[in-house]
Amino acid sequence: MGKDIVIRIGGEGGEGVISTGDMLAQAAARAGLEVLTFRTFPAEIKGGYAMYQLRISTEKILSQGDTFHVCVAFNGEAYEMNKDLLTPGTVLVYDSPGGDFQSEPIEGVIQYPVPMTKISKVDLGSLLSKNMVALGAVMQLFSFPVDSLKDLIKAKFKKKGEPVVEMNLRALEAGAEYVRSHLKKVDRFYVQPAQPREDRIMLSGNEAVGLGALVAGCRFFSCYPITPATDIANWLSRHLPKVNGVVVQAEDEIASLGQVIGASFAGVKAMTGTSGPGLDLMVELLGFASMAELPIVIADVQRGGPSTGLPTKSEQADLFLAAKGGHGDFPRIVLAAATIEDCFYLTIEAFNLAERYQIPVILLSDGALASRTEKIKRPDLSKIRIINREAYSGNGEYQRYAVTETGVSPVSIPGQAGGRYIATGLEHSETAAPKYSPDYHEKMTEKRFRKIAAIEDEFPEPECEGDEGGDLGIISWGLTQCAVKEAMRECADRGLRVRALYPKLVFPVPVKAIRRFASTVKKVLIPELNYQGQFAELVAAHAGVSAIRFNLYGGLPFTPAQIREKITEVIK
Amino acid sequence: METIQQLKPKDYKSDVPPIWCAGCGDYGVLASLTMAFSLNNVKPSDTVLVSGIGCSSRLPYFVTTFGMHTCHGRALPVATGIKLARPDLRVVVVGGDGDHFSIGGGHLPHAARKNIDLLLIVMDNSIYGLTKGQVAPTSRPGMVTTTTPYGSLDLPVNPVAYALVYGASFVAQSFSSNTKLTADLIGKALNHKGFAFINVISPCPTFNKVDTFEYYKPLLKNIDEIHPDKGDKVRALSLAMTMGKENGEVPIGLFYQEERPTYIEMIQEIKIKNKGTDHPDLERIMDILRP
Repeated sequence: MGKDIVIRIGGEGGEGVISTGDMLAQAAARAGLEVLTFRTFPAEIKGGYAMYQLRISTEKILSQGDTFHVCVAFNGEAYEMNKDLLTPGTVLVYDSPGGDFQSEPIEGVIQYPVPMTKISKVDLGSLLSKNMVALGAVMQLFSFPVDSLKDLIKAKFKKKGEPVVEMNLRALEAGAEYVRSHLKKVDRFYVQPAQPREDRIMLSGNEAVGLGALVAGCRFFSCYPITPATDIANWLSRHLPKVNGVVVQAEDEIASLGQVIGASFAGVKAMTGTSGPGLDLMVELLGFASMAELPIVIADVQRGGPSTGLPTKSEQADLFLAAKGGHGDFPRIVLAAATIEDCFYLTIEAFNLAERYQIPVILLSDGALASRTEKIKRPDLSKIRIINREAYSGNGEYQRYAVTETGVSPVSIPGQAGGRYIATGLEHSETAAPKYSPDYHEKMTEKRFRKIAAIEDEFPEPECEGDEGGDLGIISWGLTQCAVKEAMRECADRGLRVRALYPKLVFPVPVKAIRRFASTVKKVLIPELNYQGQFAELVAAHAGVSAIRFNLYGGLPFTPAQIREKITEVIK
Repeated sequence: METIQQLKPKDYKSDVPPIWCAGCGDYGVLASLTMAFSLNNVKPSDTVLVSGIGCSSRLPYFVTTFGMHTCHGRALPVATGIKLARPDLRVVVVGGDGDHFSIGGGHLPHAARKNIDLLLIVMDNSIYGLTKGQVAPTSRPGMVTTTTPYGSLDLPVNPVAYALVYGASFVAQSFSSNTKLTADLIGKALNHKGFAFINVISPCPTFNKVDTFEYYKPLLKNIDEIHPDKGDKVRALSLAMTMGKENGEVPIGLFYQEERPTYIEMIQEIKIKNKGTDHPDLERIMDILRP
């Protein structure tokens, strides 16, 4: 068998699909395996189709994979959604007899009926235990570590009392026992044993952003709840008070960014987390922050748009907004995360850049990355560099917006007697007094843009892989990089001459790296999850490199197979 | 202990001359503010004046404290961020009725109910002056302005009632030419623990020919005579809703004051419960994320 196993669990939202998946993922991670999850939620609280997919391997996992090996169907809808994806050699575990559907024989597909509903309702007397019965069956069928799962159940239900723990353990055992006594394993999938490694943490993209903020020194976070960004706030709400930080739920996104700007003016590192509709509302204050030269960080966890769009799905369609949104000319920096590690390290980088250049920095993530959990190498905090804004020394006549060679001027904070100034959205002089003369508007606009004129040289060079002189070069950004990376492995195996560039700084566009890269390949391909080819447009406009575009806009991330097929098609 | 020499009102005035029209009510508010700062020994470098957009929102430039001249309607959220991040600072928000009852009208309720420890002074002139005379949220029905040539169709906002029902813990009203009362109320508000709101009726002689000094003078009534119990919220609300320029009497003075925990105090408790520290062991927080 292959070195990894992909299990997909589908059912009605609220039925325990997510918690079953979480348990399996945690159990595998505890047992020393690498884990990466992928999930889709319905936008509704109860009802609608929910799906949780976990990929388990003994080696580092790059993406959610192409498809699944095992499908666990809690109900008829899950079966209908996935039956066409069941290919020869794959496995279907489903609720039968006694479930709400009958499966049909599918050629080459191994089917294991497990009466999840019946066992929970009739034998255990509570339909609530259905997911535990399913968990027990899956555990038995694919050799999940029993002790890890039992420990997790005990920990999860401890607060609800011993009877609840017992009931869940009984349900787990009932599912396992049914498999032992009624089914014969004929598939070839099982979870490989591994050695637990101490230096690992497991977290979601949103949690990684929260952790990154905490490590970067963020001590003020204001937000307004919005899918799929809310978990950043949820995580920080629990942990920021431990470092004397403050989390506020504001009345709307405008207020969140307003508060963040106020906190930054007061000298505290501050951030907000939102999604597209929230970023729309923040744009006026984004311009203010850039004009007043206040460091702020915004995490935009992109979802399908426009308008309310697809709240629980993924898209990479906020790039124009992040890079260009707002009236007037003002600088900002946009970073894009592709992995859980990126969510952590780029959040720290976002704060460092914001502080260094006294500028707004937007970190783009997306719904799939936000909710995926993954086991990663525990960050070595001693190696992390933290940058703080250049402070006013307190000596001499203070000019808040002194025109300097780098464009960066030392900043005072309230409490510094000689550092008094009025932060303003009006065009202003060196001393922050309103000043609208043509020469000043030009001089100050240039000063603000000068701060990031050399940003590309000061930012780590984007990672590049594959041989020079390739037939094709792929430039990807955000989550799409994961699918490209995995596709690249197979290209190498098949001897295809393909190169790939993985920029994390997406705006200002790293034009030098892109031009250099483009000059080493015959054609350039830019795959992205949006209709307009937003990064391709920016690359064309700023770097003068025109690329073949590959756009998906259905709300789901690229799979490695989709990238591989496109590569083959383009190279041909 | 170090004694700080008391600054005089003029010491709080910056060298930037106000850009207001002659006769503007906002001069009175500026005078009252610097007077109150002087009387209450306010340290300019530990104080931040925050404003939005409008004639009155220019005020921070004319004072020697730190300041922020933010976007239209957004002064309160920005001020909230300053205060929550740095509770040691004194934060005063100034602006007009457009800022706080129209474009930013959604923010006042939340600063009030959270009891954010800051002072909001609204200079209420019932007109948009900076854009040269459009209808404002406190304009009276039927008022003719450039955007309501056939008369305003809207019911005006009642600033005092608005602040009261949303839970402001200090609510007062004053009149701009009565600098003594205004300075006294500002002083009380500066010493109040929690969200303080003062609506200062501040006539615009250039674009509002209806709500003038002369119009208001005979209507103003000291509220203390008829409302001595400042903790009686129902009475305060009743007065706010029954008295007004349309009803022949405009009460000025303190309407309501209560003591209740501020947001900062409550946040402080959460920090203490979580053993909050400035020198955290981040490794321990990361341990939570072990599978």
